[in-house]
Amino acid sequence: MTAMAQPSRASALLHERGRLPVVVLGAVGLFASLAMAFLHVAPNRLLSGHPASPHIALLAAAWLVTVAAGFWRGGALFALLLTLGLPFLAGHDAARLLQHAPPTTRIQLGAGFWTLWLAAALLLLDRLRHLRIAWRVAAWLFIVAACVAGAMAGAFSDLGLVREWQAQRGAFTDALATHVTLSLVTLGIALAAGAPLGYLAWRKRRAGGAVLGVLAFLQTVPSLALFALLIGPFAWLARAWPALGALGFGGTGAAPAVFALVLYALLPVVRYTVAGLDAVPADAREAARGLGMTRGQVLLGIQLPLGWPVLLAGLRIVAVQTIGLAAVAALIGAGGMGRFVFLGIGQGATDMVLLGTLAIIVLALAADLLFQGLMAFTGRRA
Amino acid sequence: MIEFDHVHKAFGNHVVIEDLSLRVEDGEFFVLVGPSGSGKSTLLRTVNRLTHIDRGQVRVHGKDVATQPIEALRRGIGYAIQSVGLFPHRTVAENIAAVPHLLRWPQKQIDERVAELMALLKLDEPGMADRYPDTLSGGQAQRVGVARALAARPKIVLMDEPFGALDPLTRESLQASVKAIQKETGTTILFVTHDMDEAFRLGDRVALMLDGRLAQVGTPLELIRSPADERVNEFVGGTRAYLRELAVRCVRDSMRRDESADGDAIAPGATLQEALGLMLEKRRDRLAVAGGGAILLADIVARPR
Repeated sequence: MTAMAQPSRASALLHERGRLPVVVLGAVGLFASLAMAFLHVAPNRLLSGHPASPHIALLAAAWLVTVAAGFWRGGALFALLLTLGLPFLAGHDAARLLQHAPPTTRIQLGAGFWTLWLAAALLLLDRLRHLRIAWRVAAWLFIVAACVAGAMAGAFSDLGLVREWQAQRGAFTDALATHVTLSLVTLGIALAAGAPLGYLAWRKRRAGGAVLGVLAFLQTVPSLALFALLIGPFAWLARAWPALGALGFGGTGAAPAVFALVLYALLPVVRYTVAGLDAVPADAREAARGLGMTRGQVLLGIQLPLGWPVLLAGLRIVAVQTIGLAAVAALIGAGGMGRFVFLGIGQGATDMVLLGTLAIIVLALAADLLFQGLMAFTGRRA
Repeated sequence: MIEFDHVHKAFGNHVVIEDLSLRVEDGEFFVLVGPSGSGKSTLLRTVNRLTHIDRGQVRVHGKDVATQPIEALRRGIGYAIQSVGLFPHRTVAENIAAVPHLLRWPQKQIDERVAELMALLKLDEPGMADRYPDTLSGGQAQRVGVARALAARPKIVLMDEPFGALDPLTRESLQASVKAIQKETGTTILFVTHDMDEAFRLGDRVALMLDGRLAQVGTPLELIRSPADERVNEFVGGTRAYLRELAVRCVRDSMRRDESADGDAIAPGATLQEALGLMLEKRRDRLAVAGGGAILLADIVARPR
């Protein structure tokens, strides 16, 4: 009896009330606390340094407490404290490590920090799952607000990442603006071209299949190759029509970058437009026509409001995809956050690469949140 | 008035309507009945041009529908379908107001008309106007669908198996509502169904459609008593046709005014089917008729005068 009950009890421990994520994240976090470097101390911004983990015991203990709490009701609170505490601890440690170091010394965040932070955030996400949406939003807003307040008070100013940002503040702001502009223009053009294309593809199924096929093929061309392939034709265009060249059109720069990004964005826009139109009940459309609505009235009054949620979900994906792909556009001189990434790689400056990457991630997350908010706001009644 | 003049329609090689001519009079409740695939729905949809015909002409109020602006034509004709097709993002009131809204009626007039229709179709539960279609029962949704078809007071209403998906009780109640409204307003209704009982209960005249052709057109009694051929007879129900006949005939027309009976009285407007049911329930062969007179089992069985 007892021998048979044993494995089932073990599996109950894992599966009951979704404990599996807690156990897995617990193992990952503990490994990161004990075996991975929390920080790196480098002699300057270009050289790699030696690992420094001043608080192995504290981290391991805090992590164990958090995971243990994850099995009971306080899990969310402890995960929140840990997610919030890790960056502050890193900032504090960086200040201490810099005290007797030469001024060029840089404190880089190590793999241990990132792994722990990610694990803590995932744990928080998991523990918040059962709570109301208002609590979830409040928890994340609290973390963001506390981090921003800490940053303003200078809690992180000794970290290499922040130093890098301070050194390049002007260039960073420009790149951010360029990145956002590139993404917005791409999204605008893709929507303006893709939505009508999607409508046509939906009305004429056979032609639609061909359109989707071509766009799907374009999607398989690696982004780097597409950017490179466009240099020739765009340079030729600029030479053939000097007026275009005067507008900033050329083999490199924003024009070919936006063109390539639009090509990538078109497939999801067209596909989700078709899906959105398919989501409209056929009988409602039939009744609308039968009652004497014009095609335009059916489109604006019936199909758009009913297909809108699907289209919006598609635009959310397109926005996130475009923000990510726009990084590659830096390679053909379009600017954007990709510049930091590629310059950083070229110089071997890890913090610079990280700065660009983090900015892109934050941008993508912000876009994602914006679209989620829009979807919640327009609601199911649209 | 709707006139079909040598209408012909084929989908590819498959002929759906073959050289069909028919005239539906003003104020008539006209039912097209037939098995699925007989072309009855297609014929109905040629009237508001949801289906385009290959040859022939369809005229509404004497004018060829093909020459009229399509939206104006459709806004002048009510349209209700089996799947109802309510707009899920609009409230009950907004759904009903669809056509008046398209016709740019003043808002006050629209509100009045919506309230009137909701009362007429027994949609007078409190808060009903602001509910969304997904909160309605099947019967309520179809009532809204019918109200929407009637909203702009069209002279002609097309109904394509509107009650096909409803349970028998709900269906009967809706049939009664529609029949009463039609009688009161004198609207011309062209109604498609595959249900013989429904056709005989509702129709002033019934057309049985088989394989794209009209097998017989006439009043329900004409179809029951003198079917044109064996196939019509089969569809009308053979010996069961006489049971159907009871649902069409009235107590008033078969009763004896000079006799009397004991017990509860039956209304003179009730059908013979209801009278027979009551006799079976009471185990009696004679019933009193309200307002004097009686009806006997023999009167029900007898060949009508």
